Amino acid sequence: MAAFLDVQNLTKTFGTTTVVKEVSFAFDKGEFISLLGPSGCGKTTILRMIAGFETPTSGSILVDGQDITTLKPNQRQLGMVFQAYALFPNLNVGDNIGFGLKIAGMPAEERRARVDEMLKLIGLPGFERRYPYEMSGGQQQRVALARAIAPRPRMLLLDEPLSALDAKIRVSLREEIRAIQLDLGITTVFVTHDQEEALSISDRIVVMNSGSIEQLGAPHEVYNKPATRFVATFVGHLNTIEATVVDAATGLVDIDGQTVTVPTLPATASAGAPVSLTLRPEVLSVGAREGNDITLTGTIADVTFLGSVIRLRIALGRNTLSLDTFNDQRTAPPSRGEPVTISLASKDLLVL
Amino acid sequence: MKPNKFWSWLVFGLGAAYFIIPLVATFMFSLSMRRGYYSFDSYASVFSDPRFQATFGYSAVIGLFSIVVGILVVVPAVYFVRLRLPWLRPAVEFITLMPLIIPAIVLVYGYIRLYNSSSIIPFTGSALGTDILLTCAYVTLALPYMYRAVDTGMRTIDIQTLTEAAQIAGANTAQIIGRIILPNILVAVLSGAFLTFAIVIGEFTIASLLNRPAFGPYLQNIGANRAYEPAALAIISFIITWGAMGMINVLGRFAPRTSARTD
Repeated sequence: MAAFLDVQNLTKTFGTTTVVKEVSFAFDKGEFISLLGPSGCGKTTILRMIAGFETPTSGSILVDGQDITTLKPNQRQLGMVFQAYALFPNLNVGDNIGFGLKIAGMPAEERRARVDEMLKLIGLPGFERRYPYEMSGGQQQRVALARAIAPRPRMLLLDEPLSALDAKIRVSLREEIRAIQLDLGITTVFVTHDQEEALSISDRIVVMNSGSIEQLGAPHEVYNKPATRFVATFVGHLNTIEATVVDAATGLVDIDGQTVTVPTLPATASAGAPVSLTLRPEVLSVGAREGNDITLTGTIADVTFLGSVIRLRIALGRNTLSLDTFNDQRTAPPSRGEPVTISLASKDLLVL
Repeated sequence: MKPNKFWSWLVFGLGAAYFIIPLVATFMFSLSMRRGYYSFDSYASVFSDPRFQATFGYSAVIGLFSIVVGILVVVPAVYFVRLRLPWLRPAVEFITLMPLIIPAIVLVYGYIRLYNSSSIIPFTGSALGTDILLTCAYVTLALPYMYRAVDTGMRTIDIQTLTEAAQIAGANTAQIIGRIILPNILVAVLSGAFLTFAIVIGEFTIASLLNRPAFGPYLQNIGANRAYEPAALAIISFIITWGAMGMINVLGRFAPRTSARTD
C-alpha cells in the first residue's frame, strides 16, 4: 500500500542557511505523527511546506498519491491549527467554524448542521454566537480545531497548538485532540518541542535536529532505543556515567572506584580508555531488586519532590545520577547526605 | 500633600482660550446679521443658497468616491507590504508622506500639464474626466492619513496568521482581504475615511484650479463678497469636521477585540 503522506528529499534554504536537509518520511492514512525537536530544528518549516506556506527549495510532498508541492495552500484541502489560535476576531464561533464550508459554497442549512456537529465534538455546544474574545485560550483552541476539521480535510496539521496554554489544559486538550483524531481517523502531523506531548499522543515520532531526522519510530522505540545521543538526551531524562575500561574483553569497567561488568562496549574500547554509559532514571532502583545485576553505592546529593514521583540525585564520586522512585505516602522521602545503595540491570545500559 | 494644579489649569485655560475665543467671536458675528439682536439669518441665507447645496453635494460625492478609491488602493497596498514586502515599508511610508511635503498647487499644475485636453490622456477635456482627476488628487492628498490609519489598524491584528488560517481553509486573496482583513480593520479604515472627507470638504486649491464647483471655492467666493455668511459657513465647516472627528472616536469603541479572556 502506498503511503498517504510521502515526503521525499525535502530541502529548504533561507539565504545561505539550510534549515531542512534532504528530509524524507512516509506515513500511512490515519496515523498521528509528531515532528519533535528543539527550536530551529526545521520541524515547523516542514509543516509549513506541507501546508503550502513555504516553497521547498527541492524535494516533493505527496498526499494520497497527489503531488501537492507546488499547489497553493487553499488548493491542498488540509486543515491546520496554529499556536496563536488564529480565530477570526470579527466572526463568532459558528462563523469561524463554518468559514471553510462557506468558502467551499456549502448551503447555509447544511453548514449550520455541520457547525453544530463540530461544536458537540469539541464539547462546546451552544457557543456558536460567542466571539473569540469572550472565550478562554483552551476554548479558543478547541474552536480552532473544529474550524480545521469542519471541511473534512485530507490531513490535519497542528503547529504547536498547546504551547500557549497552561499545563493542566494542555494535558486535557492533547487527550481530547488524540480522541478526536482516533474518532475521525484523520492523518495528523503535530509539531512540538515538548517530548512528553509527542510521546503521549503519537503513533510515530520524527525526532529532528539541525534540519535532519535523527530518528523515526514509535514512542516506545524512540524512548527505549534511542538511535543517537541527541535522541537519548532530548527525549526524556538521561544519566550519563563516565567510566574507565578495565578489561574490554569481559566488559569490565570502573565507575568511581566500583567495578562492574557491562554487556557491550564500543569496538574501539581498550583498557584504561574512558567510556560513556547512559541510562534512564527510572531503570535505577534504591537497594537491590530482582533482575538487577549491577549494584553501586553513593550518597544522596539532592531530593526533588515531584508529586507522585521523587527524583533523587545520587553522587557516586565524579558521577551524579538521577533516580526516579514512586512516592510512598507511608514513608518519608530520603534525606540529603544519606548513604544509599542503588541497583540496575546491565541490559538497560546504553552505550552511545 | 495635594499637588498644586494651579499652573496646569492656567496653561490649559490659556490654550483653550486661544482656540475657543476666536470661534466664539466668529459664532457671535455669524449671529449678528440683524442689527440690535442675535439671529440665525446668516445660516438661513447660507442654507437657502442653491450654490451651497450644489457645491456641498458635489464635494460630498467627490469625497465619497475619494474614500472608496482610497480604500481600494490603500488596504491591499498596506496588506501586501506588511505581509510579503516588509522591506519596502520605509519606501512606502516616504511616498505616502509626499503629499504633505509637495504643495497642492504643484500637484494640480502637474496634473494640468500631464492631463490637459491636448495630451494623450485628456482628463481635463471633459467634466467627468476632470471629476476623475479631482478624485485622484484627493486620494493623493488623503494618502498620508488613510495609509497611517490603515497601517495602524493592521498592526493590531496578526495578519500573517489570520491570512494563513483563511488560506488553509480554502480562501483566495480577495476573500481574505474582503472577509477577514477589512472587517477587522474597519474602524481604522473609517477613521481614514472621515479624515479624507474632512480634507475634501474644505479643499480649495485643486478644485479651484481644475475649475470644479466644489465647496472650497464656494467658501472662498462667499468670503470675498459677503459679511456674515462666511462666518456662518466657517462654523458649519467646523461642525462638519468635528462631526467627522467625533465619529472616529465613537467608532473606536467598536473595534474588534482580539485578546482572549484571561480568567
